[in-house]
Amino acid sequence: MQKVYTKIESIVGSVITVKASGVQNNTLALINTRFGTSYASVIKLDRDIVTLQVFSGTSGVSTGDEVRFTGVPMRVSYTPDLLGRIFTGSGTPRDNGPELKENLIPIGGPSVNPAKRIVAKRMIRTGIPMIDVFNTLVVSQKLPIFSVSGEPYNQLLARIAMQAEVDVIVLGGMGLKYDDYLYFKNTLEESGALSKTIMFVHTSSDPTVECTLVPDLSLAVAERFALDGKDVLVLLTDMTNFADSLKEVAITMEQVPSNRGYPGDLYSSLASRYEKAVDFEGSGSVTILAVTTMPADDVTHPVPDNTGYITEGQFYLKNGHIEPFGSLSRLKQNVNSSTRDDHRAIMDAMIKLYSQYKESLEKKSMGFSMSEWDNKLLKYGKLFEERLMDLSVNIPLEEALDTGWEILSECFEKNETALKTDLINKYWPKELKK
Amino acid sequence: MNNNGKVVKVNGNMVSVEFTDNVLKNEVGYIHIGDTKLKGEVIRINGNVADMQIFESTSGLAVGDAVSFTKELLSVELGPGLLGQIYDGLQNPLPRLAEEYGYFLTPGVYLNPIPDKSWDFTPTRKVGDTLKAGDAFGFVKEGLIEHRIMIPFTFLGEWRIESIKDKGSYNVRETVATVVNSNGDKKDLSMVFSHPVKRPVTAYKERLMPKDPMVTKIRIIDTFLPVAKGGTYCTPGPFGAGKTVLQHLTSRNADVDIVIIAACGERAGEVVEILKEFPELTDPRTGRSLMERTIIICNTSSMPVAAREASVYTAVTMAEYYREMGLNVLLLADSTSRWAQAMREMSGRLEEIPGEEAFPAYLESVIASFYERAGLVRLNDGKLGSVTIGGTVSPAGGNFDEPVTQATLKVVGAFHGLSRERSDARKYPAIHPLDSWSKYTGVIDKKRVEDARNILFKGNEVNQMMKVVGEEGVSIEDYIIYQKSELIDSVYLQQNSFDPVDAAVPVERQELLFSTLYDVLQNPLKKINEKNEARVFFNEIRQEFLDWNGSEWMSDKFNAHLAEIKAKSEEMRG
Repeated sequence: MQKVYTKIESIVGSVITVKASGVQNNTLALINTRFGTSYASVIKLDRDIVTLQVFSGTSGVSTGDEVRFTGVPMRVSYTPDLLGRIFTGSGTPRDNGPELKENLIPIGGPSVNPAKRIVAKRMIRTGIPMIDVFNTLVVSQKLPIFSVSGEPYNQLLARIAMQAEVDVIVLGGMGLKYDDYLYFKNTLEESGALSKTIMFVHTSSDPTVECTLVPDLSLAVAERFALDGKDVLVLLTDMTNFADSLKEVAITMEQVPSNRGYPGDLYSSLASRYEKAVDFEGSGSVTILAVTTMPADDVTHPVPDNTGYITEGQFYLKNGHIEPFGSLSRLKQNVNSSTRDDHRAIMDAMIKLYSQYKESLEKKSMGFSMSEWDNKLLKYGKLFEERLMDLSVNIPLEEALDTGWEILSECFEKNETALKTDLINKYWPKELKK
Repeated sequence: MNNNGKVVKVNGNMVSVEFTDNVLKNEVGYIHIGDTKLKGEVIRINGNVADMQIFESTSGLAVGDAVSFTKELLSVELGPGLLGQIYDGLQNPLPRLAEEYGYFLTPGVYLNPIPDKSWDFTPTRKVGDTLKAGDAFGFVKEGLIEHRIMIPFTFLGEWRIESIKDKGSYNVRETVATVVNSNGDKKDLSMVFSHPVKRPVTAYKERLMPKDPMVTKIRIIDTFLPVAKGGTYCTPGPFGAGKTVLQHLTSRNADVDIVIIAACGERAGEVVEILKEFPELTDPRTGRSLMERTIIICNTSSMPVAAREASVYTAVTMAEYYREMGLNVLLLADSTSRWAQAMREMSGRLEEIPGEEAFPAYLESVIASFYERAGLVRLNDGKLGSVTIGGTVSPAGGNFDEPVTQATLKVVGAFHGLSRERSDARKYPAIHPLDSWSKYTGVIDKKRVEDARNILFKGNEVNQMMKVVGEEGVSIEDYIIYQKSELIDSVYLQQNSFDPVDAAVPVERQELLFSTLYDVLQNPLKKINEKNEARVFFNEIRQEFLDWNGSEWMSDKFNAHLAEIKAKSEEMRG
């Protein structure tokens, strides 16, 4: 269908209405404006009034501009040529590479049949001890990184992108500062990880509607790679910007807001994206790590709150490191029994001691006198933070576990760790004196 | 003859259709796009325009697309073969869908819910007998249960059997009896019939007061916050507090005949765990696979929203169906908040005036009428059957002060509130013992439970006081009460779900543990004069209790720990 309509009835926010017939819901249209051609998608039909959401915004759209309906849904090209490329939120190249037109696949496809899913059982190594040892990332897991503005969450994502042992990385940026975009690009380029990465980036100066498309584009591509047997890691930053864009569009559409102005379907909108995380029986997988900044550090804000109900745990990034408390990988017990026999024991023992360290620290700050045990804990806490918690530490899981034993042996007697005797006999460092 | 219409408006999953003939409210219609048919339900009629909620994605729909109405309300198929099945919210069998269509849920595909197979039918009535809706005229053996073949629940008045098949094997959809009513209407009946999901089944004599406890083998529930067979309860809690884990354990251990799990708008991963685990687990009551007594209705968060709304009704209608056979059925709905949100989304698209937090004004009455479908009933033949409903609630921000939690609390008989504090402290189950309540009678004498609860209350007060004045600021008597309350918490309220013995505690064992603990609680412990002694005593006795909880029923170790607890307690009596 290539009929051209030249009468735009209304223009409100990023939404326009056109009188037209035979138009299908959720299909694309092209608008020719004096500033160039933009895509728009059909979001509502009411008899002969068609409501469209214009990707590049409506600034400069004239009531006399041409609208041409294509009759096809929003699609993205799926080819191996995607690797190493960078696109905008509407799928056009952001680097200087050619536009990709072959093998177009629709975005936002149907959900995976639960009967075809399998229980997640494989670990993804990241080289970050706070993840590998304490909150293991599992293939097909969906995990948010709860953080606040100013924290190095994008640095963390970039490090995971460089180090994670996966076949393909899809990075979806929403409302990124231009500097952050350049940071991602340069870091991945320098480390050589760009060659296995595909980036869909919406920067904060780009049109709002494009922001809402980034997760769908990223996940549609990721899903195809997974069906072709690849393990794909999708990194999304920042989902709060995504939710805010949904809010903006919903309010323009005069939808009844539910909680703090967010649309009533926020949960479903987030869930339909996160639930794309999957381990396909007999094929590849999609794993999702998504930054969610908490406005005013409030976890009960609708975006982190709804996210928490959807995802399988969460990482809290606070004061420059992944918090041992509150952070949780719900799937870690599926994998950490089969890594090394001391993994669970070290994880539990070190966290318990670290929580005692926090208590001692509090006592110290209140001016109480420190016992010998308190001093041991203080030393332990410091070493723990330096050698394991620091985000710049990059060591494989086994080495991290050994480091754990070293820290314990430097600070404590064997029986003070509450670890099982057979594990202590096997792993307690022998040559080190205390 | 089908009544036809055409699409005039598309807004998300809400579609308005212009029609010419009559349409029913809640009638099912199909929208035709090429060869695919998308199922929808009429939810509002205005003039000659019907608003329908579509159970699939509406991408590709256009104004002018043809719609056919079916004259049927949204219904489920009922008959032998439901047990062990995994359905989506509209009763599509998911494993068979996966076999035929692969990884993804293809829109517009509807398969027969009840597998096409033969069953050994045994007639229990003869030609000339007069029956009413819900009366059985025969049965088949479905696993261990006697699955009654009944007159459909929507049949009005009395029906006389004109012919009935002899004992033998028949296909599930083959006619096994023909009945006729006084008007001369004749109906052929097979083992399968359908029932509209939003109409409660009322083919029974009377509703009774639920009184027998439904044992879950979770101590804090059975003893302190019991649920009755035929009762209702809700489990609200913030994310990560263990709502779903608690429901999974209940679905394994509850002493009921049938469990129906409605996974409504939650994570697919959790459903997968049930799907893969249950066939491997055995039902302690029957020794057979747990799957044989389970039906799973699974409409996870990424599946279409309108079908999520339907899924809880699909589940409760199946529960009522098995109740008509004189069975005890437990329906677990996880989570009713997602169901309420589905209503909210639809209400928004219908441009209704919103109530609190944009939920529709009818939220309360809809929740109430859903929970009211639970109940203990006396059937037409005098037998008893029950449907128990347990729903989780996922309140925004973990704050119970929101419309769904509040509307639910008004209608349920027990409230198991999960607390973030307890779950952070790794206290399992994280049900808050003081905030939660139950109106039912449990497995332990009420008076004694009340005494224990009082100690919990007082202990909590002492604890609050100690936070201000320090341990030295409270008397030894108060300190002992505090230690006693901590003892109840750690050895009775908390349960180790990873321990094979402690994970599921039968009533007999709860009784013995409670009375032993009760003796310690009643002991004045006069010999203890200072707090350090008290701390040592309670640490030791707690360790004994915990070891006792972990030892095999009536084993040597079991008896030794019990004797040690008694001796320790007596020693301090003074």
